Parts: sequence; structure tokens; C-alpha cells
Amino acid sequence: MQVTDQKLEIAIGRMLQTGVLLAAAVVLIGGILYLHQATGSRPDYSHFKGVAEALRSPVDIFNDARHGDTTSIIQLGLLLLIATPIARVILAAVGFLFERDRLYFCISLIVLAVLLYSLLHAA
Amino acid sequence: MKRLQTIRKTGGGGCNQVVLCQGMGTPEFSLWIFLSSLIAGLLGSLTGLGGGVVIVPVLTVLFHIDIHYAIGASLVSVIATSSGAAAAYVREGYSNIRIGMFLEIATTIGAIFGAWLTTRVPTHAIGFIFGVVLLYSAYASVRMKHPEHGQQKPDALAERLRLHGSFPGANGDEAYAAQRVPAGFSLMFLAGSLSGLLGIGSGAVKVLAMDQAMRLPFKVSTTTSNFMIGVTAAASAGIYLSRGYISPGLAMPVMLGVLGGSLTGSKILVRAEVKTLRIVFAVVIVALGLEMVINSITGRL
Repeated sequence: MQVTDQKLEIAIGRMLQTGVLLAAAVVLIGGILYLHQATGSRPDYSHFKGVAEALRSPVDIFNDARHGDTTSIIQLGLLLLIATPIARVILAAVGFLFERDRLYFCISLIVLAVLLYSLLHAA
Repeated sequence: MKRLQTIRKTGGGGCNQVVLCQGMGTPEFSLWIFLSSLIAGLLGSLTGLGGGVVIVPVLTVLFHIDIHYAIGASLVSVIATSSGAAAAYVREGYSNIRIGMFLEIATTIGAIFGAWLTTRVPTHAIGFIFGVVLLYSAYASVRMKHPEHGQQKPDALAERLRLHGSFPGANGDEAYAAQRVPAGFSLMFLAGSLSGLLGIGSGAVKVLAMDQAMRLPFKVSTTTSNFMIGVTAAASAGIYLSRGYISPGLAMPVMLGVLGGSLTGSKILVRAEVKTLRIVFAVVIVALGLEMVINSITGRL
């Protein structure tokens, strides 16, 4: 199959849109469950304390979401969302490889390395 | 409480009454945040400023939410807007995947630096910088002058990196090539830093780098910038998550609202006359920007 920039961009655009809709659906489901469970007055966001530790790491979020924790389900949707641009860079790298564009394959890998450094360093 | 009594109504879906802010139930509060985010996303998309730059001042100035939670919620909504609009932008055929990818080296490294800065810089300094960026964005959105990209010779670096392309113009395909790559690359580092520090897409600075510094056609600059915004924001999102800036209860209505608003906005935008809207909206942005600068200086943020 002939890979061109235009085809590559269309594939990437579709992938991004699907990813966002999926992420938004998970956030919405988590959000509805979260609001259904909510009691009392709203949380106070006027002073920064940071969210609970369990909502900060992908592994904890994934485990708690499986057990039906509503805030973790929202967080899982947000993780999916954060993954969409990363998937975009991976897809572009693969596309450049097929186009035999070594320079831009390497540039994509550099960007990917920076993104992964940020995620892994943060964890 | 003293702080709450000083709240002034500055427009938008609001939290002007103390009753509305305190003791409100979670569903009601979420609905207010959702509606405000919907409007922010709509206006951000219609004016080309982006939702993030609008929602952060709304959350901090009107709802008195700590700026760290506000930028956390804004950053995820910025990713949603960027990725959500991608398919529509690709169809237009203006975005340049190579120029975007090359410049993302600068924006992602900048974003990590910016996200690191948020943990070091005092809150009022973040608010102050945010206010200044808001004022600049308002200025950039009404300024219509764009340099000629014409038939200049590309510089050597642009040639080697193949930073050129063509777009569907009125008389067939029009070719263009990047100029002044180091200046554009440096500005992109700044754009990334601001994105990581303030939780915004910093589209205005990205367009400045491509349109003004690199002399790329305006349409190419804005569509390529949209792609870059998501990747840039993803670079600081991991750091925001681990620092606890991303609060699900707040990010949920903000993300859904901004995404819904911006998708609606991009549908309305087709052939709509937005010049008047741009100017009206610029005035609102200037007001919010000044409010943030003043609040930061007087220590109320």
C-alpha cells in the first residue's frame, strides 16, 4: 500500500477523534455515577491540597476503576484522553517508517521519548 | 469569607452570590461548571483563542477555585479540543505533519519545564503570568496583520529538515517554505513552557512562532498549531496527574463542557462572520486578564 502524507494525516485524524469520543464516554459514565452517589455540599476547591494518592497513578486508577470507584472511572477516561496524542505520535512514526522517511521517523521517536520520559518520570 | 464578599460579577455563568458558592450540592455545582465550560469552549473556538485560556480565569476569578486545580482541569480539556478537532482540520488539507512534528520537540521539552515550574513558582506569580498571556492573546486575536509568505528562499536549515509544503489555494496548489527556523523553534519552547505552566494550549504563541517568525501561511500555522497543542499538553499531563492537579470531580464537567462547546463552535464557524464577535470577546478577555493581574498583585488569587 502506498503511504502518503495525506492518507497518514486522515488516518491520524480519525484515530484521534475515536479516542476522544471513547474517553468522553468513559468520563461521562463515571461522571453520572459520581453525581448519583454525591451527597452533602460540594467539594472545596478553593485551597490546593492535591487529589488522593490513588487518583494520581495509572495503575491505582485502573485497579480502582475496575472495582467501580466512580472518581477512578472519570480518571480512567482522562487517562485515555491523555493517551490520544501519544498514540498520534506513534502512528506518525509508523507512517514515516512506511514512507521510508528516516529523518522524520527519528524526529517522531525523539518526541515520543520526551512524552514517555514525562509520564514515567512523573510516576 | 471575607474574600467571598469581594466577588464582583464580571459576566458569564456565575458564582456571584455567596449562597451559590458555598453549601451548594455537587450536582448543582457541576452543572454550573459544565455550563460555564460550554460557553468557554464555544467562545474559545469561535475566536480561535482555545478553551483553556478562557476557562482558567472563569474558574479562578468567578468560582474561586485554586489555580492548580483550574489548570489541571483546563489541560485535559485542551487535549480533548485538540484531538477532537483534528479530523476536521485534516480534511481542509492545510496542516503540515512534518513541521508540526519537528516543532513538537521544542514544545514538549518546554511543557515539561513549564510543568516543573508550576511546582516551584508561587501561585500569585502563575496568576500574574496568566493575566499577561490573556492580554497578549486578546491582542493577537484582533490583530489581523499577517506577514507575506510569498516567494522567499527557504533557509538552509529548513531545506535540510524539509520544512516546506503546499496547500490548496485559489489558483491551484500554493507552495511555501519555512524561514528563520531557530527563532520559530525557540518561540515554540516558550509556547510549550507556557502550556505546561498555565495548563493552556498556548495556540496564540504557537501561531506567532509559525506565522510571524517562520513566515508560514496563516491557515497552515493555525491548523498545524491545533495538532501540536494536544501533544504538547500530553507532555505536562503526566506531571500534573502525579502532582494531584487533575481532580476528577472538577475535570469531568470542564472537559465535557469545553469539548462540547468547541465542537459546536467549529460547526458554527463555517462561513460565519466572527470579526465583531472577536472584538467583543477580546474585551471580555482583557477584563479577565486585568482581573487576574490585579488579583495576583494584591494577593487575592
